[in-house]
Amino acid sequence: MVSRSSTRRLQPPGAQAASGVTARNRPGPAERLAAATARTWRPVAVLAALFVIWWAVTAAGLIKPYLVPSPARTLDAVLSQSAYFAHNTWITTYETVLGFAIAIVVGVLAAVVMVYSPTVEKSLYPLLLFAQVIPKIAIAPLFVVWLGFGLSPKIVVAVLMAFFPIVISAVTGLKTIDPEMLQLSSTMGAGTGQTFWKIRFPASLPHLFSGLKVAATMAVTGAVVGEFVGANEGLGYVILQANGNLDTPVLFAGLLIMSLLGVVLFALVELLENFVLPWHASRRRTDIATTSL
Amino acid sequence: MRTGNGIAPPYDPEVTTGAAVEIDDVEVRFRTRKQDVTALREVSLRVEPGEFVAIVGASGCGKSTLLKLVSGLLSPSSGRVRLHGQDVRGPRRDIGYVFQRAALLEWRTARRNILLQAEMRRMPKEGARERADELMAMTGLTGFEDAYPHELSGGMQQRVALCRALLHQPPVLLMDEPFGALDALTREQMNVELRRIWRETGTTVLLVTHSIAEAVYLADRVIVMTPRPGTVAEIIPVALPAERKYGETMAEPEFARATGRIRDLLGAAPGAE
Repeated sequence: MVSRSSTRRLQPPGAQAASGVTARNRPGPAERLAAATARTWRPVAVLAALFVIWWAVTAAGLIKPYLVPSPARTLDAVLSQSAYFAHNTWITTYETVLGFAIAIVVGVLAAVVMVYSPTVEKSLYPLLLFAQVIPKIAIAPLFVVWLGFGLSPKIVVAVLMAFFPIVISAVTGLKTIDPEMLQLSSTMGAGTGQTFWKIRFPASLPHLFSGLKVAATMAVTGAVVGEFVGANEGLGYVILQANGNLDTPVLFAGLLIMSLLGVVLFALVELLENFVLPWHASRRRTDIATTSL
Repeated sequence: MRTGNGIAPPYDPEVTTGAAVEIDDVEVRFRTRKQDVTALREVSLRVEPGEFVAIVGASGCGKSTLLKLVSGLLSPSSGRVRLHGQDVRGPRRDIGYVFQRAALLEWRTARRNILLQAEMRRMPKEGARERADELMAMTGLTGFEDAYPHELSGGMQQRVALCRALLHQPPVLLMDEPFGALDALTREQMNVELRRIWRETGTTVLLVTHSIAEAVYLADRVIVMTPRPGTVAEIIPVALPAERKYGETMAEPEFARATGRIRDLLGAAPGAE
């Protein structure tokens, strides 16, 4: 694990020798790679173990192949129809990413308006909650009626799914600012815009990113739900087709690719978070280091 | 006027004729859900330019409220507050503010936290950077310019907050229990440094504190306040020499007299009036 020395606490230059605490340089690339490996090997090992169990169960013939296909047959299903899978994965990815992006823009804008206007917040919040509690699978057919069989109803469902966690986390983030910081800002003669861009918005990012990570996985679900209701392409369509044909290898392949899509999107958001909030990420990592030792 | 370290005089004498801060028969009432609370009542006060004034009193006596009035973050229910002869209406830019918590932006390094002041005021970049370097040298932050707040100790964080408050050379520095969260030893060091920095910059300082020793060591005058509703119980002049060595000053009879008097006032205050 990360060594305890990553908990840095700097002292005035004169005090260093006396207290035995020295300023440490920021971790270099090799150190960071080692830390990343230390963080990721466990989940990778668990995943590998699951695959081994899957393989063992099917190889031993404990479950009939038409119920659970072996990993080899699943892989074969993908490879033998690689163009088919590539196209449909691309469609779902497109719907998911576009839906996620729209949800971010709309969600953050809505949060900003709500934070700056209590009237808007009071009027909009119940509506938001209402939109959230409606089961998306129940209203998805309506979007098909309204928007047709193209990609747009799927994108709309993805937006709807991803929107809520983004708004909630953005509102919370924008509100958690230290009131003294805002008072300080007004004695600096800062305008609303300056205070927002230099203080409020950056301070809200840790909250926003946790919302984005939830939303990323929801967007995948949204796109697939949209495809279930009425589509002739996309991973949701692949799964429905395979289900109808009792083609479990294709079904399994579709499911795996779908999960992978969610995981990749989640990982991308986390990567962006580490890049945008190194101050926050580094601090969190020292927390982990001290608690796990 | 005291100047030093190549730092320009903190205020323009043409504008600042007369008192730096004038508080005239001020009353502050807060309305809470259940009742009206009078935080301050019949407070009058005059602070001369370049003076160091400490304010002590029991918790909740409205010491911090007093600073908020001077900065314009709060308006009095009645009475007048003037800064350099101008009525205070709305937040004032010509002050520096230091809170008990350093209130630093955790995504900015020490230097960039200090420069926030310059960015908000749209000060020229080059000059602001030089000034920030000077201040960091003066407060012993050299070598920590690029450290993030979570890498700094409490004392170091508070130094950064102090530099930020001094960056624009404010004629008046307001400090609200700036060392309240520090350990006793760090606090003493910070007291010595603040005294030196004040002597070098010549800024007018209003310091709210819970520590009687801190108030007497640092200030020219100590304002003792009564519990809520807060009002000025007595103003104690501190007749100590300008050059104050920490240990020696503490041993002076005048130090014992002033701290003793303040202790009497604060101890006797609940029944007095």
